[in-house]
Amino acid sequence: MGTLLFLIAKRLFLGLLTLLVISVIIFFMVELLPGDIAEAVLGMGATEENLAALRKQMGLDQPAPVRYLNWLSGAVVGDFGTSLISGERVTTIIGQRFMNTLFLAAYAAVIAVPFAITLGVIVALLRNTLFDRVANVVTLTSISSPEFFLGYILILYFSVQTGMFPAISSLNADMTFLELLHRTFLPALTLVLVVTAHMMRMTRAAIINLLASPYIEMARLKGMPPWKVIVKHALPNAWAPIINVVALNLAYLITGVVLVEVVFVYPGIGQSLVDAVSKRDFPVVQACCLIFAATFILLNIAADVGAILTNPRLRHPK
Amino acid sequence: MSEFVIIYFALLVIASCGAAYYGQRPAFLTLFSLTLVSFVLGIVGGVSALQFVAIAAGLLAFAAGISYSFREFLVAITKGNLSKELKTAPLTAAFGMFVIFTYAIAGIFAPFIAPYGEAEVIAAAFAPADENMLLGADQLGRDMFSRLIYGARNTVGLALVATSAAFFMGATAGLLAATKGGWFDQFMGRFADVVMSIPSLIFALLMLSIFGPEIHVIIIAVAIIYAPRVFRLTRAVAGNVVVMDYIEAAKLRGEGTGYLIRREILPNATAPLVAEFGLEFCFVFLLVAGLSFLGLGIQPPTADWGSMVRENATLISFGVVTPLIPAAAIALLTVAVNFVVDWMLFRSSGLKE
Repeated sequence: MGTLLFLIAKRLFLGLLTLLVISVIIFFMVELLPGDIAEAVLGMGATEENLAALRKQMGLDQPAPVRYLNWLSGAVVGDFGTSLISGERVTTIIGQRFMNTLFLAAYAAVIAVPFAITLGVIVALLRNTLFDRVANVVTLTSISSPEFFLGYILILYFSVQTGMFPAISSLNADMTFLELLHRTFLPALTLVLVVTAHMMRMTRAAIINLLASPYIEMARLKGMPPWKVIVKHALPNAWAPIINVVALNLAYLITGVVLVEVVFVYPGIGQSLVDAVSKRDFPVVQACCLIFAATFILLNIAADVGAILTNPRLRHPK
Repeated sequence: MSEFVIIYFALLVIASCGAAYYGQRPAFLTLFSLTLVSFVLGIVGGVSALQFVAIAAGLLAFAAGISYSFREFLVAITKGNLSKELKTAPLTAAFGMFVIFTYAIAGIFAPFIAPYGEAEVIAAAFAPADENMLLGADQLGRDMFSRLIYGARNTVGLALVATSAAFFMGATAGLLAATKGGWFDQFMGRFADVVMSIPSLIFALLMLSIFGPEIHVIIIAVAIIYAPRVFRLTRAVAGNVVVMDYIEAAKLRGEGTGYLIRREILPNATAPLVAEFGLEFCFVFLLVAGLSFLGLGIQPPTADWGSMVRENATLISFGVVTPLIPAAAIALLTVAVNFVVDWMLFRSSGLKE
C-alpha cells in the first residue's frame, strides 16, 4: 500500500509543480508586451501623467517578481484582481460563468462516457465488419470536423427546421432543472459528438490491442462466446488505457467548450476568455488561462492516478 | 405512390437480385437490408426520407467512383514500386488523395478559378445565388464562391506554413536530443512536458491576446504549441535508430552529428514522420480554423474559411446552408488527410487486426 500512496503523492507533486511553472509562463508572457500593460491599455495617445497614474493604480511600479507573488497568492484564494475594461473584480465576472461551463461539460460527459465505452466495446466485438468500417468513417469525420461545423448543423436541423431545441442558450437563475437541460441540450450534444468519437476509437484500440494476448487465446480455445471473452477478459485489462482516454477527453471538453460556447452564445468562461482576448483585458485572460490549465492538469493527474489504481501489478507490489 | 418511390424500390430489388445471383454476399446483404429498412423509413418518414437515403447513397457511390478512377489514374501514371503500393490503397485513401489534389489545385490557381477578387464587392449584402454568383453574396456583398476558392489558398496555406514551422522545430530538436542526449535531452523533454500540459487553444489565445492577431504571431504560436508533439515522436523514433550497429559504425568512421542525422537516421525515420506531419496538419488546421472563427485568425478582408462561417452565421437562422460550406470544406480536408494518414500508418506498421 505504501508504494501506491507514494506513487500517487509523487504524481500530485509533479502536477502542482507543472501548474506552478504554467502560472509563471502565464504571468510573465504578459510582461513580454512591447512597452507595458498601461501603454497597451491606453493606446498611442496616452499622456505621460495618465500612464504614470495607471501604472501606480495597477501596481506596475513594483518589480515583476513581487507582482507575480502578489498575483499568485491572490489566485490561490480565488482573487484575480480587477478587469482593465470594466473595473469589476475578475472573480465576479467569471465566477458564475465558470459554474455554467462546468455544468455544460458535466452534462456532455454524463452522456458521452457510457455511450462511448459501450459503442467502443461493440465495435471491438464486430471488428472488420461493415458496421466497424462505417463506424470508423463516421467517427473520423466527427473528429475531423471543427466544433462550430457540428454546432451549426445541429442548430440548422434541431432548431431552425424542427424547432425542438433553442439555438441560443440563454440561462437565468429561476429555471427548473429540466428546462436547463433542454436549453443546453444542443451545446452539450455538440460536445458529445466530438468527444464520443475519440473515446470510442481509443476504447476499440485498447481492447483490440489485448486480443493478441495468450490469455485471450486461452479463453477462446475453451469455447467462450466472443462477447464474453471481451467483456470478462479483455475489458478489465483495458481499463487503464480507457480511464486515461476518458480523463483526457474530459480535459478536452473543458477547452473544446470555448468554441461551442461562442456558437451557442452560452454564458460560460470560454466566452469571457474570447471577449477578453479581443479586448486585451489581461487580468481576465490570465485568470481564464490559469483556470483552464489547472482543470486540464487536474484531469491529467486523475487519469494517471486512475491508471495506477486499476493496475493490479502496482497495487500488490512484490 | 409517386414515381420516385416505385423507381427507388424497383432499383433496389433489381440490384439485390443481381448481387445474389452473382454471389456477392456482402453487397447483397447490404442492399437487401437497405430495402427492408426503406420500407420502415418510407412509412415513418414519407417520400422525403427515401429521397434523403437515395441522395446519400448516390453521393456515396459518386465518391466511390471518383476515388476508384483517381486511384487507377495514379496507378497508370506512376511506375514501379509506387504503382504497386497504390494498387493496394483502400478507396478511402484514394478519396483522401483526390480531395487533397483538388484543394491544391484550387489553392494554387485561385486567381484563375475564382470569377471575382476576394475583396471585391459585387452585389447587395446576402444577395441570393444567381447566374453570376454560384453561392450568393456574403454579408458585404462579396462573391461567396470566389472567397471560398481564395480561402483554400489562405487558410490551408497558413496551416501548412505553421505545421512546417512546428515540424521543423520539433524534428530538429528531437533528432539532436536523440543523438546528443545528456542535459539537452533532459531540458527539451521537460520543456515539452510543460508546453503540452497547457491546452492548445488556451495557449494560442493567450499568445494572441498579448501579441495581437497577426499572421506571424499565429505561425509562431502554433509552432511552439505543436513542436513538442513532433519532438517526442522524433526523439522516440530516432532513439530506436541510434542504437543500431550501422550508427555505431558511422560514429567509428568519425562522422559528425550532421552527417549522422541526415544520412543515417532520417532515411530510416521517414515513414512515421511523414504520417505524423499529416496528423499534425489536421490539428493545426482545426486550431487555425477555430481561431479565425473566433475572429482572431487571418484578418479581413482576406478570405478565410473560419471567419467566413462566423460572418455569415446569421443566415443559418433563416435555414440557408451556404455559411456551412466553408466549415464543410475544413472538415472535408481534415477527413481526407486523416484517410491518407491512416493508410500510411497501416502500411508502415503492418497492423493487421
